[in-house]
Amino acid sequence: MASKPQTLYEKIWDAHVVERREDGTCLIYIDRHLVHEVTSPQAFEGLRAAGRPVRRPELTLAVPDHNLPTTPRVDTAGRLLPIADPESAAQLDALRRNTAEFGVDYIDATAAEQGIVHVVGPELGFTLPGTTLVCGDSHTSAHGALGALAFGIGTSEVEHVLATQTLLLQPSRTMEVRVEGTLGFGVSAKDVILAIIGRIGAAGGTGHVIEYTGDAIRALSAEGRLTIANMSIEGGARAGLIAPDDTTFAYLKGRRMAPVGEEWDRAVAWWRSLSTDAGARYDKSVRIDATDIAPALTWGTSPEDVVPITGSVPDPASFADPAKQAAARKSLDYMGLTPGTRMQDVPVQHVFIGSCTNSRIEDLRAAASIANGRHVADGVRALVVPGSGLVKRQAEEEGLDRIFAQAGFEWREPGCSMCLAMNPDKVPPGERCASTSNRNFVGRQGPGARTHLVSPAMAAAAAVTGRLADVRELMA
Amino acid sequence: MTPVVTVSGAAYPWGAKNIDTDVIIPAHWLKTISRTGLGKGAFETVRAVPGNIFDDPRYAGSPILIAGDNFGCGSSREHAAWALADMGVRAVIAPSFSDIFSGNAVKNGIVPVVLPQEAIDRLIAAAHDHPVTVDLESMTVTTPFQDRFVFEMDPFRRRCLMEGLDEIGLTLARDAEIAAFEGRIGVARPWTRPAGSVVAGTSVI
Ligand code: SF4
Repeated sequence: MASKPQTLYEKIWDAHVVERREDGTCLIYIDRHLVHEVTSPQAFEGLRAAGRPVRRPELTLAVPDHNLPTTPRVDTAGRLLPIADPESAAQLDALRRNTAEFGVDYIDATAAEQGIVHVVGPELGFTLPGTTLVCGDSHTSAHGALGALAFGIGTSEVEHVLATQTLLLQPSRTMEVRVEGTLGFGVSAKDVILAIIGRIGAAGGTGHVIEYTGDAIRALSAEGRLTIANMSIEGGARAGLIAPDDTTFAYLKGRRMAPVGEEWDRAVAWWRSLSTDAGARYDKSVRIDATDIAPALTWGTSPEDVVPITGSVPDPASFADPAKQAAARKSLDYMGLTPGTRMQDVPVQHVFIGSCTNSRIEDLRAAASIANGRHVADGVRALVVPGSGLVKRQAEEEGLDRIFAQAGFEWREPGCSMCLAMNPDKVPPGERCASTSNRNFVGRQGPGARTHLVSPAMAAAAAVTGRLADVRELMA
Repeated sequence: MTPVVTVSGAAYPWGAKNIDTDVIIPAHWLKTISRTGLGKGAFETVRAVPGNIFDDPRYAGSPILIAGDNFGCGSSREHAAWALADMGVRAVIAPSFSDIFSGNAVKNGIVPVVLPQEAIDRLIAAAHDHPVTVDLESMTVTTPFQDRFVFEMDPFRRRCLMEGLDEIGLTLARDAEIAAFEGRIGVARPWTRPAGSVVAGTSVI
């Protein structure tokens, strides 16, 4: 009997079932675990209290990112600089101590490889196709871009993975998001995922794992795919998957922790089998025409509040759902926007290029191409924060840091930075930021901060024009 | 974990939709290395507005929160569940929850109850002056007015809540099965063992 056609998700799931219970719950083996300082202290504390060891320390990799200031970490003499905020310092210190005590690999804040967990995992080849990968962080969905079943977990689950290398899970439903056609001039991966979330809504993927398919997705680089999968969680899906292909293999080959030699060949042979079979069924399907996608941005305080840059601030009355009307009114009040205002007429005071969504080398190149030969507008503060030390070094080798510096952008040390208000990089109350991050929630970039999610090129365009701008008008 | 079978008492008749975990507990509260004390920061931005529901003497300290669609969306922070537990919430009733939040809630003895919007609307009306009861035994939410809404929950989660089970302890009892699985993938997919290691302080900027 021919086996039943399977989706990519089902294939990875089945390959990781340790035990299946009668009610459908499965004990799933976890191949890869990333840890950062914010969601792990209580997990290590739990292990310590129960006297439990870490089952497979080599499958966990720890790196600090959320709390770290993005100013230099060592002085000119190479001495470590103290972290001013005592609570941040204590949390960072706890990660260092906990990983040492439990024998987990730890990348120090001063190491060249330090960066945002979701940038570090793929670039070191820690993230691999067909693996299960978890982290106490919702944007773990990013790693699905390389064909890993990757999702965020809570701290109790972090402890569970450390102790058992497994999680007890119910299978998710599956949702296909197919993007067909060719992306238009000036349209990036960020615009694609914003368009998708605008279409399905912030809860559209709840209970589902999204698989992104279609030739527009296939045509993207591994880095563009990471941007897309990263924001799956903003569409409610715990994980997003893209079937691994030659683009994926070329990206991973030769990376520090990726397999080598005969093991690489065997791995690739298996990875090639990881695509959804013809005839396999998804629980839900959405189709998007790539030619309908324009450079986009958000106007409100939910990632589903998306408009094309050529659009205007919507009138809350235009939404059919009364609850959405009320939410839109509240959002606009918070955002300080009036219905009908052209998005391009909205001035910004801050620009943030960074975060696990858009801080890889291609993102920095895209932003630098707009910044090159121009200057940050008066009254705008613009930050460029590479996603990792390795990205930073490569950008410097390519001279991107000089382009940014000449254009008046600040060139910073790697970390989560202005993506969330946990470190010194914050947007002051009532001020407006064009940000390449993934969340425009109330207070996300600082109490009272107003966030517009955009692509790196659009962020650079906002920086040099001092307003939300259509990047296409600045492109050669 | 303390077992929970019934949660009964006043309920915050809130109903707000898409409440993300940044609203439940803002990021600057996440710098703690402990699980307790987060109640002070719960709903900080909501509480900054005078006359808010959480400081209303009629509801302050309620063990039940009634919310709208997609409660707990956004970040995976378990701090959201810890903050709710710390402010005394033992059950949240909403039309839908984010997947990560509902998992975190259960692990902290908070019952996530999914009911349709009509039931939520009715419960909000009732909760303005009357108590609400969530019962895991009968899987119902009831009010003093004969309202009786039946909800569903994954049986394993229900058992964990009702018996206050230590999930890690349960899984550790499956050690032989886990070891057998590791043996199988060690042969079938040897590359899942990381090829190299990045050790602390190997290279300094
Ligand atoms: S960059 Fe932002 S979204 Fe990404 S891990 Fe850091 S805080 Fe989370």
